[in-house]
Amino acid sequence: MTLDPTQPLSFSPFLRLQWEEAQQKHVILYPEGIVELNVPSTEILRLCDGTHTAEDILVELEEKFNQTGLKNDIFGFIEVAIENGWVS
Amino acid sequence: MAGSVNSKITPPRWLLAELTYSCPLQCPYCANPINFARINNELSTEDWLRVLSEARAMGSVQLGFSGGEPLVRQDLSVLVAHARKLGYFSNLITSGYGMTEAKIVELKEAGLDHIQVSIQSPEKTLNDELAGTESYDHKREVARLVKKNGYPMVLCVVIHRKNIHQMRDILEMANDLGADYLELANTQYYGWAHLNRDQLLPTKEQFEEAEAIAQAYKEKVKGKMKIYYVVPDFYEDRPKACMNGWGTTFLTIAPDGTALPCHSARELPGLNCPNVKDLSIHEIWHHSPAFNRFRGFEWMKEPCRSCPEKVKDFGGCRCQAYLLTGDMNSTDPACSLSPDRQRVYEAIFQARHDAESAVAKPLVFRNPKNSKNLTF
Ligand code: SF4
Ligand code: SF4
Repeated sequence: MTLDPTQPLSFSPFLRLQWEEAQQKHVILYPEGIVELNVPSTEILRLCDGTHTAEDILVELEEKFNQTGLKNDIFGFIEVAIENGWVS
Repeated sequence: MAGSVNSKITPPRWLLAELTYSCPLQCPYCANPINFARINNELSTEDWLRVLSEARAMGSVQLGFSGGEPLVRQDLSVLVAHARKLGYFSNLITSGYGMTEAKIVELKEAGLDHIQVSIQSPEKTLNDELAGTESYDHKREVARLVKKNGYPMVLCVVIHRKNIHQMRDILEMANDLGADYLELANTQYYGWAHLNRDQLLPTKEQFEEAEAIAQAYKEKVKGKMKIYYVVPDFYEDRPKACMNGWGTTFLTIAPDGTALPCHSARELPGLNCPNVKDLSIHEIWHHSPAFNRFRGFEWMKEPCRSCPEKVKDFGGCRCQAYLLTGDMNSTDPACSLSPDRQRVYEAIFQARHDAESAVAKPLVFRNPKNSKNLTF
């Protein structure tokens, strides 16, 4: 496990996160392809701006979606994102 | 049919802009057409700007600038800036020749995302010999500058019989240069590579050894360097799913504006690929006979037609089918079910013969003189 919930997270400067009109989705662009994102994943990645930690993201999104108990989902996704090199 | 949109046709997500056939190097494995020196009338800046806009409006998002050597085009930064404004993710595919740090910075400011530098060999003498031009030291310097200026370092090495034995050194070189991505591209035998196939195709043992080394290294550098290994299909039982299916994903625009479903398609006789000077990208992608020619499965001959695997590999590559069998409608002989499979064995046999021969055939270098001498 590589996630330290107290460390600020940043989206990789080598990739681009953008809205794609044709797919009506946010996507991650990288040299060999495209990954389509759903709304919650997009929200998480947008907060990986070099200042928010995983804890901060959790607090912010639980507030935004007016929901609790999102920890497993959010931390789980961040772990996947780290593994794929999208954030560090 | 004109004006209608077939809803089964997916958008051209990947656009390859071959900006020019000019190139200071002369790689004998180059995939450009043999007659490149006879193809003139390069598109103007305005044409390219329109092509980029039209393709983006149709859903293109990945963009490659290649050639030839794309740095030869003086308007490269203008095109890159336009691409960025439109929301493309753009990649410059370069030999590094003619690249300066000022240019690297200028392109970054214009919005270029990636620069992929190709090196022929980790050994200076062989690199310069294969490139037909002294370029090794400069290439390494460019690779370093790319990294220094905040781009990911994407290194590409084309693999063939002259360098396959250097696989370990290739991997070490990538590591030394701090490559973030390494593309190990086994030569695909089109264009000049097809012409030089006897001299370039490795033996099966060489492939297996090199692949084992590369795969082991891939594990070792996991998380640090991403290695893409393009498999050679001559030693496989099934062909590659060429272009992810004809006219489904990839659109190549050649320097003169010819729109191609794959970068070798202009070699196919009677295909009559359309030109962006005459038609819009939309018209070309949806309605041109060339782009519809091999869409779906109706065009297939047996054994592909009744084969359950056709949805996976689309019967393989049309250009390879043509180059090996003389008929672009045939099953790609890279498939073991192909009635023309013998052609692949012959190619392997001839290459081995050349490898073992005391007087090996010389490589034919890709340059304007050879291009003109070989064509009319
Ligand atoms: S493969 Fe070599 S000769 Fe062909 S365009 Fe690239 S650098 Fe030039
Ligand atoms: S016969 Fe045709 S469809 Fe079947 S596996 Fe071979 S190439 Fe693919």
